[in-house]
Amino acid sequence: MVDYRLLPAGDAAVVVEFGDTIDRHINALILALDNRLEGEHWIFETVPTFRSLMVHYDPDAISQAAIAERIAWHAAQIQIVERPSRLWRLPVCYDAEMAPDLSEVAARTGLTTRQVIERHSSVVYYVYMLGFLPGLAYMGEVPPELAVPRLQSPRLKAAAGSLGIAMTMSLIMPRETASGLNLIGCSPVSMWHDDNRALLQPGDKVIHEPVSLEEFDIVRTRLGRGEIRVDPVAELREIRA
Amino acid sequence: VTSFLNILQPGLVTSVQDLGRAGYQRLGIGPSGALDPVALRAANLLVGNEPGEGALEIIYLGPTIKIEAESVRLSFAGASATIEILSNNAAGAANGSAWIAGQRSVVVRRGDIVKIGSLTGSACLYVGVEGGLAVDPTMGSVSTNIRAGTGGWHGRALAAGDQLPLRRVRASDRDEYRLEGITFLPSTQIRVTSGPQHDYFDEANIARFFQNEYAVSTSDRVGMRLMGETALHHCRGFNIASDAIAPGSIQIPGNGQPIVLMTDRQTTGGYPKIATVISADLPALGRLFIGAKLRFEQVSMDTAQVLRRRMLSFLEDLKNCVVPISSPITPTISVLSDRNLISGVIDAIRGAESWPSGETMGSYVNGETSDIG
Repeated sequence: MVDYRLLPAGDAAVVVEFGDTIDRHINALILALDNRLEGEHWIFETVPTFRSLMVHYDPDAISQAAIAERIAWHAAQIQIVERPSRLWRLPVCYDAEMAPDLSEVAARTGLTTRQVIERHSSVVYYVYMLGFLPGLAYMGEVPPELAVPRLQSPRLKAAAGSLGIAMTMSLIMPRETASGLNLIGCSPVSMWHDDNRALLQPGDKVIHEPVSLEEFDIVRTRLGRGEIRVDPVAELREIRA
Repeated sequence: VTSFLNILQPGLVTSVQDLGRAGYQRLGIGPSGALDPVALRAANLLVGNEPGEGALEIIYLGPTIKIEAESVRLSFAGASATIEILSNNAAGAANGSAWIAGQRSVVVRRGDIVKIGSLTGSACLYVGVEGGLAVDPTMGSVSTNIRAGTGGWHGRALAAGDQLPLRRVRASDRDEYRLEGITFLPSTQIRVTSGPQHDYFDEANIARFFQNEYAVSTSDRVGMRLMGETALHHCRGFNIASDAIAPGSIQIPGNGQPIVLMTDRQTTGGYPKIATVISADLPALGRLFIGAKLRFEQVSMDTAQVLRRRMLSFLEDLKNCVVPISSPITPTISVLSDRNLISGVIDAIRGAESWPSGETMGSYVNGETSDIG
């Protein structure tokens, strides 16, 4: 039996909350429910996040009591099954020129910059959710020895592609934005396509592959010309909800 | 393109908006759309458009627009504003101007300059365009999401020099219309339903939220920061693992002062949300000026649903508030060169049929309400 709470969010949305922490199992339950709700005629849209699923519904099409029933019915059907998950290998340049906070992160964590890069790129990240900006994926978990708080005062401009970390999360900016994250690299890959698609989706896996400044430039140029494109490198099969 | 609106001055934040885009919040794109969807619908109905057509949304201070089309029918709905129309003769020199009140449609012609001043009564005004703007929808909507840099006119507010293409080359010969029996006033009592994170506050702090009088300290299309007499205290900290944000979500960040999230909001956030503005009160919320005072009132979900249905039936009936401007004989107040000279010459300049009158207001000319012609 899956445990959750139904929380009101105004008169046309409800939050199905599975927990209050960042946890892959909780997130997998959310994505599974999200998947199941597809096709329910009374739903306008759903928004999966770390710990909950927001359901924007049509109050004229369904009563609150009926929503509770439908969600309970779907939640009871969630099974632990094997599901494919896309694996991406994204080039990231950790060169000091593109990593304004790398040395500060090294100083804070007592590691060398080389160790920071090695540890950050040694992990297979999991995409929990997209939010805040179009295509911005929240990826975890940053190795515990790299856990650093947000900047005291946010930087007004982080370039598109900037890779930032704070606590357990690692993010790549889809566009130039203000950011309170510690910037330790930059990816030449666009997180948001011009035809309004996000590169990543919740449940995806991501490996960051260190590249030099020269390689960064080449990849960015060739991506821009459409000579190469970034596709998932594999579909991992694993046990998920 | 031969027909467009040439933006000479953009105003404070003027953007293309419709009723917003649905279905993309899961990708990180908020819905956007008009802050006052009632006024947007009214502006469209005045020029015979579908109510959800894209229009120009003006916040606080209006733009100056030069008409580069044979003719175009515009409408103004929402806030009150001084709207001045400068018309040019063949040589291009300004030879006449007129002030009109909003809440009506009007035809303007090539070379005319429409100057919209500061808004009063409401923080937003909508300029409807007969036939619509020739702006391609992005993800199903022409709304501009300024924060995300997408949709509308290049994903941003209008800037001087922008040339917004029009779908029509000239105005139709339909009548002019005005609004009757409707006002676009902000509300000082905003109704909310509890949650989703009201359990981050104890009873005393929830009571304080409803007792406080709040003032709008800053406001934009993303959110409205409020300042109350006493800050709220969280009983379980103010950082939560991010979850999604609903329309009208009221976040309480670390300083204990609320932020109400508006249509260009981020899709997810990490502050507890004490309550959510009911959908029926969202348009009135969008009209609030910086400095405006308000209080929150809690209602039950059932009450919120009743009020929501009432709002929907009001929107259904909105077309009944759109009435023809009947008599072209009603004196027009206009100004020729000298702003203190009041006469009916505008009809002589442009012909009565293109300048239906009756709605022009002396109050904008001489600072007093007047119906002299």
